[in-house]
Amino acid sequence: MSTPGAPYIEVRGLARHFDVSKPLLNRVIEGQPRLILKAVDGIDFAIRKGETLSLVGESGCGKSTVARLIVGLYKPTRGQILFEGTDMGSLATRAEERALRKRFQMIFQDPYASLNPRWRVADIVAEPIRAHRLSSDPTEIRRRVDELLRQVGLSPADGEKFPHEFSGGQRQRISIARALSSNPEFLVCDEPTSALDVSVQAQILNLMKDLQRELGLTYLFISHNLAVVFHISDRVGVMYLGRLVELADARALFENPQHPYTRMLLDAIPDLDMTGRARTPVAGEVPNPLDPPKGCAFNPRCPFANDRCRTERPELRPVANGGVAACHAVEEGRLAAAPRLAPA
Amino acid sequence: MAEAPILEVKNLRVEFPTRRGTLVAVDDISFSIAPGEVLGVVGESGAGKSMTGAAVIGLIEPPGRIAGGSISLAGRRIDDLPYEEMRKVRGREIGAIFQDPLTSLNPLYTIGRQITETILTHLPVSPAEAQQRAIGLLREVGIPAAEKRIDHYPHQFSGGMRQRVVIALALAANPKLIIADEPTTALDVSIQAQIIALIKKLCCEHGAAVMLVTHDMGVIAETADRVAVMYAGRIAEIGPVRDVIKAARHPYTDGLMASIPKVGRTDARLAQIDGAMPRLNAIPRGCAFNPRCTKAFDRCRAERPEPMRVGNSDVACWLYDAGQGGTR
Repeated sequence: MSTPGAPYIEVRGLARHFDVSKPLLNRVIEGQPRLILKAVDGIDFAIRKGETLSLVGESGCGKSTVARLIVGLYKPTRGQILFEGTDMGSLATRAEERALRKRFQMIFQDPYASLNPRWRVADIVAEPIRAHRLSSDPTEIRRRVDELLRQVGLSPADGEKFPHEFSGGQRQRISIARALSSNPEFLVCDEPTSALDVSVQAQILNLMKDLQRELGLTYLFISHNLAVVFHISDRVGVMYLGRLVELADARALFENPQHPYTRMLLDAIPDLDMTGRARTPVAGEVPNPLDPPKGCAFNPRCPFANDRCRTERPELRPVANGGVAACHAVEEGRLAAAPRLAPA
Repeated sequence: MAEAPILEVKNLRVEFPTRRGTLVAVDDISFSIAPGEVLGVVGESGAGKSMTGAAVIGLIEPPGRIAGGSISLAGRRIDDLPYEEMRKVRGREIGAIFQDPLTSLNPLYTIGRQITETILTHLPVSPAEAQQRAIGLLREVGIPAAEKRIDHYPHQFSGGMRQRVVIALALAANPKLIIADEPTTALDVSIQAQIIALIKKLCCEHGAAVMLVTHDMGVIAETADRVAVMYAGRIAEIGPVRDVIKAARHPYTDGLMASIPKVGRTDARLAQIDGAMPRLNAIPRGCAFNPRCTKAFDRCRAERPEPMRVGNSDVACWLYDAGQGGTR
């Protein structure tokens, strides 16, 4: 069913708007219009099989909404999600959708909230097997759960315990075992290490890389931590207020960032090597997403903004680092290249 | 350190009695902070870093209690003060900045009222002077149009601006010591950089000592002058920030630094410390880190190391005991 050469996952013009208006009666009495929050406002990207694409950005940029749209937790307002060339929105029956969905899984940020505290670990891990009716034989399920627990670095005996008996890192291992139990090919990971301590984060990132190699997994990785993203990604997309502002190969993006917002994010990474590198702190904060600025959404914070930036919204165009960026200043060559990161 | 320290903590011990025995959250730690100095306290969750901060401001929740040692502020013992006395010290002499700016502010009062109230409680000024001082403070922490914003309520500020208000509130009475517990953890990276720069600048200008508690080594590298690395309720290593970050001596600090992903480093795998920090009810004998330590030997499993001088740092590790001949 797959078209040769087609990307594994492709997202076209994907948007998700949320209606956050007050109730009708309030609106009528107070004379207020509807309020629409454009959490994701038309983004395009593709993921190749076996690669890791990361989306980075600050809170409210829509990166988690994209993750939820792809796994089907939200319905898109507009746009398409193509899985091996098949439009997820065009599937006629639940059965067809179910067959595709079982090849996706998601890992959530908070390993405390995403595991049912009343279930034993073995049942938590076996849930996708049962939900997708992959097996109904208890011994076979048990064997599979034991294998999964071993695979993520826990012991089969841990299956009898409850989530509260585990530390944050171990719980995230349980989440990963659960995600893997339906033999998915594609994992959407929404900030999987943000709630963990750094030494535990290293364990989980290593585990995720090992599993990717062994099982040929494809990852969509959502994070706000650029160092983690650099470490885990093949390609990186930078989001700002519901849109992609830059997308490039990870190395190219970090070595030669184009969009001023990407440059700002890279400058904000704390300098652990203590080189005394000069930073250009960017003033301002992310604007209210209910009332985004006209033109380029980044223009109020951008040191390079001019009149065109305040009126005309830039589209993604190919740029010098081999990726794409949505910036008038870059397109017009108003912005000098500013290489970062001497490779260590 | 020529100047007398603002804060001096000696052999501090914090205990929590439970039905299954006493848990020791902070176990015999000592450190001091000089005027104008930023001491970073890092460690993973449960290492006792926030508990140390809470002990200094006298806000340990019962049944937890300070079971030993002393805390002195500018030469005066504060760990045994009665509650009312300690209340005066908090705010007047110690300012606090917590992780979540929304919970540190009262949602029912304007920020101006909260700041002037703090100033009037602690300083002998008139209400008009307090109002002027509050506006000055807000301006100093970088809040635009401070004279208008002073009449706004906390929910009318964004996260970053709210944290600036909390910083202004902490500085209101010109305290000698500021305790900042994860001040940037709830903020976005670009805002985080702004707040770090602000804390550092204000601490220099006001000459206050700062105890910066965080789990983020990046924040420490940017802000602190000295850093204490905590593990299982004890200080594993304390020293100048450059020494600790660039040339960690304790195997735990070393492992911790290596496990942080860095932009530009292309190793396929991150160095990892296997296992997890022990729970307080199951702290191993000897050095608490010994089961996870790749360099542990017999003595580490039997005897608890006390801090010893290595270069400019104090390191609690048997590798550096003279008799053993250090490996580095």
